[in-house]
Amino acid sequence: MATDYVIAKQVSKHFGHQQVLNQIDLTLPAGMIYGLIGPSGAGKTTLIKSILGMEAVDSGTVKVMDTVMPNRAVMAQVGYMAQSDALYETLTARENLTLFGQLMSVPKIKLAQMIDYAAGLVDLTSQLDKRVSGYSGGMKRRLSLAIALIQDPQLLILDEPTVGIDPELRQQIWTELNKLKDTGKSMLVTTHVMDEAERCDYLMLIRHGIALAEGTPAALKQQYAVDTIEQVFLKAGRMQDANDGNR
Amino acid sequence: MRTMAIVRRVFKQMLRDKRTLALMFLAPLLIMTLMYFLFQNNTTQVASLGVHHVDQSVVNVIDTKNVTIHHYDSSQARKMIKQHDLDGYLTQKNGQLTITYSNSNPTNTSLIKASLQSGLVKLKMKTLVTVTKKQRAALESQQAALKKLTAAQTQATVTKLKTAIAQAQARGDQATAEKLQKQLKQATATTSSSTQSAKATSYTTKSHYIYGSSDSTFFENFSPAFLGFFVFFFVFLISGVSLLNERTTGTLSRLLATPIRRSEIIMGYLIGYGGFAIIQTVLTVVFTIVVFKIHLVGSIWLVFLTNLLLALVALTLGIFISTFTNSEFQMIQFIPLIVVPQIFFAGLVPVDGMASWLQAIAHIMPLYYGANALTAVVTKGAGLGDIGVNLLILVGFMVVLTMLNIVGMKRYRKV
Repeated sequence: MATDYVIAKQVSKHFGHQQVLNQIDLTLPAGMIYGLIGPSGAGKTTLIKSILGMEAVDSGTVKVMDTVMPNRAVMAQVGYMAQSDALYETLTARENLTLFGQLMSVPKIKLAQMIDYAAGLVDLTSQLDKRVSGYSGGMKRRLSLAIALIQDPQLLILDEPTVGIDPELRQQIWTELNKLKDTGKSMLVTTHVMDEAERCDYLMLIRHGIALAEGTPAALKQQYAVDTIEQVFLKAGRMQDANDGNR
Repeated sequence: MRTMAIVRRVFKQMLRDKRTLALMFLAPLLIMTLMYFLFQNNTTQVASLGVHHVDQSVVNVIDTKNVTIHHYDSSQARKMIKQHDLDGYLTQKNGQLTITYSNSNPTNTSLIKASLQSGLVKLKMKTLVTVTKKQRAALESQQAALKKLTAAQTQATVTKLKTAIAQAQARGDQATAEKLQKQLKQATATTSSSTQSAKATSYTTKSHYIYGSSDSTFFENFSPAFLGFFVFFFVFLISGVSLLNERTTGTLSRLLATPIRRSEIIMGYLIGYGGFAIIQTVLTVVFTIVVFKIHLVGSIWLVFLTNLLLALVALTLGIFISTFTNSEFQMIQFIPLIVVPQIFFAGLVPVDGMASWLQAIAHIMPLYYGANALTAVVTKGAGLGDIGVNLLILVGFMVVLTMLNIVGMKRYRKV
């Protein structure tokens, strides 16, 4: 199964008494945009960090590129965009990109080219030599995305990539993501914007650390007999609460 | 490679933060300058002493440049001291002198004490001198009489010898003439030597200093320890706060989402901030030597080496401490806990004289070893062999803290 970029099996994790992830299974094949949707605090970010190998799981296994995580070397093949913009504000965008490019072992001769490519993708080319401290929230978000793309990875893990980005640019970014997908790359995207969820090829609904439902957007809508993903989400949530109440 | 990427980033960030740069490079110079003038200037401190009914001869000898005398008409020392804000009060009843100290300022108390003591000694000496003078006059008159007598005797011998010589020469007896000539010389010599022995020997002192010179001040004594302290303090603060910022802004976590090794991050920090610590050290050391003309006995390279090791310990300590804090404010809270106590063990107070449990504490303070080594090099010209143990202990501190830091980063990434 060399074409599956991520295989997570029965992943569980708790912080203190709180069960954050409860036996989650997730398989991400090549060439797919996989959406993780759920309210904040549902465990999306913890799942992502477990997949990256930054968080130790209590039980279950995670494999990325056929390698059991945590594994340091595999991280070079994963482009990661964190939920918060972790940028060096006193440096310029180009310097931030250079730093992460070097850390990701981008060859020196390719680095400038990759910076132009990544910056062009998020429409920051003209602002590259400005310090990040002068950036707007949306620009910082775009720079974070560009950093995730700097080593041209096969797998992108994007934690809330379009928060604070205006609709037009969001449209552009999704177009780019789809283009990347066509080249065989895969993306794991968390979001709680429901119209974005519709654009994913496959969705997993997470709530209270439990995978409530999964499937293609169309299949989910059919399964719950509703018209939008938002309604799927609400309905699934109500059913979960009802089940908890019955217990 | 990745380490160098971190180093370059640290350099860029520091160079853009002009305020921090200024703090790191100029603040030590400013404080050193202040200290120089504070400790250099040995202006005499003056204590005020109230006196009541004390013999003028006593007052005269106590009245030195360190003590000013005020005369009062009351024997109530306590009241007068409070009323006139005096440092001491001296009263006399017959031969008994009674002194009351305010003791609100121990320095002034000891000034009066010393003045009083030396004054009384002087007084005793004076009486002795008058007695001796009288004796001397008597002796001298005796001596004069004696001298007259000897002179007369010598004169007689000389005349006798001279006539004998003349006779011998007339006879052509050269040998006898020479013999007599010798006797004549001896006779005149005894007179001159006897006059010499009557003179009293007066002693003069010539001072030699093994370390430093007669102009050595407290500043020269303390400055090596302070050189070490500044480097320690600023590097501790800056490295601690900057790693803290990395944690709170999420960049540390982001860095760890790349294939970088945890040790590469720590090494990047060591090299990056270590570089600034070197610049700071060179600047401060050269400044104190050139501007304040501090007498550096040992090798300047050893000073740099010791300071660099101290800086690296401070760096690893700062990073280590920052893992226990969640904000800059909490980082500042560690300064009185971690940094300030170290200065007490840096040699300002001799550690040998401390209680044994305090000495034990001194031996867990990095600055104790660093400052000791610095002081030894600067004031006594210690070589690498003399301070080697201290330097090795500093290296030990650094290695242990570095390893703790690398392990501590596991909190943010498991590998």
